Amino acid sequence: MRAATPYAALLPMALTVIVAYLGTMLWTLRTSFTASRTFPSDKFIGITQYTRLFDNERWMLSLHNLAVYGLLFILACLVIGFLLAVFIDQNVSGEGVLRTVFLYPYAMSFVATGLVWQWLLTPGTGIDGSIAALGFPDFVFDWIVDQDLAIYTIVIATVWQSAGLVMALMLAGLRGIDADIWKAARLDGIPAWRVYVSIILPMLWPTVATVFLLLATSVVKLYDAVVAMTQGGPGTASEVPAKFIMDHLFLRSNIGLASAGAIMLLVPVLALLAPYAYARSRRNRERGHA
Amino acid sequence: MMAQTTLTPPLVHAPVAVLARRRRFTPARIGIYVFLFGAALFFLLPLYVMLVTSLKGMDEIRAGSILALPVEWTIEPWRQAWSQVCTGASCEGIRGGFWNSVAITVPSTILPILIGAINGYALSFWRPRGANLLFGVLLAGAFIPVQVMIYPLVRLLAGAGIFGSLPAIVLVHLVFGMPVMTLLFRNYYASLPQELFHAARIDGGGFWRIFLHVVLPLSVPIIVVAAIMQVTGVWNDYILGLVFAGRDNLPMTVQLNNVINTTTGTRLYNVNMAATILTALVPLALYFFSGRWFVRGIAAGAVKG
Amino acid sequence: MANVHLRKLSITLGGKPIIRELDLQVEPGEFLVLLGPSGCGKSTLLHSIAGLIDASAGSIEIGGQDMTLADPSERGIGMVFQSYALYPTMTVKDNMSFGLKMAGTPKAEIARRVERAAGMLQLDALLSRKPAQLSGGQRQRVAIGRALVREAGVFLFDEPLSNLDAKLRAELRRELKLLHARLGSTMIYVTHDQVEAMTLASRIVVMQGGVVQQIGTPADVYERPANRFVAGFLGAPAMNFIDGEVDLHNRFHAGSLALALQAPMPAGPATLGVRPEHVHPDEHGPLAGTVTLVEPMGNHQVLWLDCGGHVLSAIVHGPERFTAGQGLRFGIDAARVSLFDPASGARL
Repeated sequence: MRAATPYAALLPMALTVIVAYLGTMLWTLRTSFTASRTFPSDKFIGITQYTRLFDNERWMLSLHNLAVYGLLFILACLVIGFLLAVFIDQNVSGEGVLRTVFLYPYAMSFVATGLVWQWLLTPGTGIDGSIAALGFPDFVFDWIVDQDLAIYTIVIATVWQSAGLVMALMLAGLRGIDADIWKAARLDGIPAWRVYVSIILPMLWPTVATVFLLLATSVVKLYDAVVAMTQGGPGTASEVPAKFIMDHLFLRSNIGLASAGAIMLLVPVLALLAPYAYARSRRNRERGHA
Repeated sequence: MMAQTTLTPPLVHAPVAVLARRRRFTPARIGIYVFLFGAALFFLLPLYVMLVTSLKGMDEIRAGSILALPVEWTIEPWRQAWSQVCTGASCEGIRGGFWNSVAITVPSTILPILIGAINGYALSFWRPRGANLLFGVLLAGAFIPVQVMIYPLVRLLAGAGIFGSLPAIVLVHLVFGMPVMTLLFRNYYASLPQELFHAARIDGGGFWRIFLHVVLPLSVPIIVVAAIMQVTGVWNDYILGLVFAGRDNLPMTVQLNNVINTTTGTRLYNVNMAATILTALVPLALYFFSGRWFVRGIAAGAVKG
Repeated sequence: MANVHLRKLSITLGGKPIIRELDLQVEPGEFLVLLGPSGCGKSTLLHSIAGLIDASAGSIEIGGQDMTLADPSERGIGMVFQSYALYPTMTVKDNMSFGLKMAGTPKAEIARRVERAAGMLQLDALLSRKPAQLSGGQRQRVAIGRALVREAGVFLFDEPLSNLDAKLRAELRRELKLLHARLGSTMIYVTHDQVEAMTLASRIVVMQGGVVQQIGTPADVYERPANRFVAGFLGAPAMNFIDGEVDLHNRFHAGSLALALQAPMPAGPATLGVRPEHVHPDEHGPLAGTVTLVEPMGNHQVLWLDCGGHVLSAIVHGPERFTAGQGLRFGIDAARVSLFDPASGARL
């Protein structure tokens, strides 16, 4: 009787995992093989939805956008976040204030972030207007309405929002490094930049991997910021997979196609999770039970 | 093997004259401050612009630079944003969304914290068989994009008759918040001494009694962190509120987007910015008042397992 | 091997003075131990000799050159840290050669030095391993090796054995002593462990509260402690202290305990200090007491005696066994006692 209580207490967790996570995933998987449109249907059509998906210009564009966005976003966040962390770690005065300033954007929603940057980057009335007033009258920053450049504006907005998080995590990692390593390096006469590159960064590998994983999953989930900032526009120029799926689920009533898209979105996530989980479990086994 | 080893003379190149003491203002140090200051400006820019825009009249906005301070300060945009703008069907301002968000956030914080604490407690102290595997899958689920799960959940909730209502959105937040909440509590409890638990069992405590009388009182720090994280996450959520809350309970973020991106006619940038600040106010205020706990939450949640 | 000369060295950290106007001469080739409890400033002193902490006043001379403002890497020193501070992502070989590589030392020279240090410390088989794959003792040897390859004039050790278990500590202690004998370099060693200090040092500097209490050979500080602090810090079990007074006939009295002193002492209040090994049970001894506790230590016993309210410890070798509650007579070797001023603690 007593032994059953822990199991009973974990019932919500079990239900969540089995029904809300696994169950829904399986349902979506199944639906992706059917001819469902506005309503789910039982008509199995094999992988037709997937072929339709990859013939769909909008979907292919969304994939292309996500790849470009993901690469730039992750790179920019890692570099800026790392640099901010390193520079703050140099015993600068006002560290508390600086950290507050770099991290507060993370407390803002993607929607708010997108809306503010939409306003900032509006050609004419945005920042370009101020720069033009400084003496460059022909200066115009119209990326946000440009078919090819709109996706980059989303990079700017979301990097602004997330770099502080990367900084906070890297800083925690830096602070966890044995102070004596620095002393030994000073004694060896190693210049500071070299210490970071050859000694500190390799030591921070687990932190970097975690940060990378967090950033990558947030790339895949990109939705709110696009909706708020460009609505996927101009036209469909800044379309991303998550938005494609949502639009086809609720607006264009094509559940089958959307489900196929959702499953495809799952692929990179699983591709990232699997090696990460494997590496962690191997490290835990090496150390004995963590 | 005790042969005397002669040493080469020490390679010392220190002149007798004074070597430059490490001055505080080396070029490298100046460079650091310049970079940090520049970065701070970049990060503060949107906040500044938001505030400044929301306090100007529309003529100033059209005529002047986005960075200029208001010539004529006005809080009219704020008033309009709060009680006049059209959020879809009605034009009652964004205050409705504010109260909706409150109504969503409070239960969506309390419930996941409670369940997360129970889960964490069961996982770290009682460790039933198979629980760790379950937990692993739960954590993996946190990475799965919401789009994979959204439609079946809609059907489930519709089938239960609660789709598009407050209970629906709270339940959804519980489902999606459970991994991080469970992780936070489980890691925290894992850092508490196991002997505490053993002693309580010897004293005759059962599952719930130990939880209520021993573990929960010790959990105040992590509850604070969890609350901050959950309040921020739920308040800032858009997609779940959009789909599950129902037209009467749309959270502030959804209404904000409606106000700004779906208005026909002239765009009132100052009102838009005021509305944006109002929407971002709660998590921002929480952040500014609880800085250290916020960071602790990120660090704890990000170090998965 | 270089000498180290500190003149009126003062160090202030965070507004608080840690070291005040310290003068110290370290002779070339000697093994100097800085000994004291935590917070006494010994580590701070070592770090300032290394150049990791700036001195606020005074001068530091190493090998005849003024190094007060020099960078740590330019002082001709090598240092071994308590936590080893090995670069975790590099092999043992790279750990030892990284500093030399940075300094632009030619490859052949690096190889020669690494080989020599590895040979001295039995690290040859471990050169391609990473620190995580080494035991605590091996890691400490690598840390020493990294300092050795610098072929410095002075080696600094910051409590290098504190992280090791007792057995390993004893083993490495002996290796360090052999290493010093072999190299003949000047070594400055910080520890709070008086056994390490006694066995390794050619001279010991006992410190407390940033102030040097006594400098002397191990024999000096042990047999003729300069004050009560030094007397109580060295020796285990600690020296017995009894408060009493010296009368005009050069006799020490403390209640029922009386002892004729050998060296002439000023009359007045005094604290008698006698080490447990100088208290011996003696059937014909002048003093009487009761055994309150017996601690068998294998090759000797520690007896705790109550003598008229005073608690004394005695170390007894030999086969005779004692029991608690037993009354016995004992004597104190008056030639080996110390007397201290009760107020200042200074040796009389």
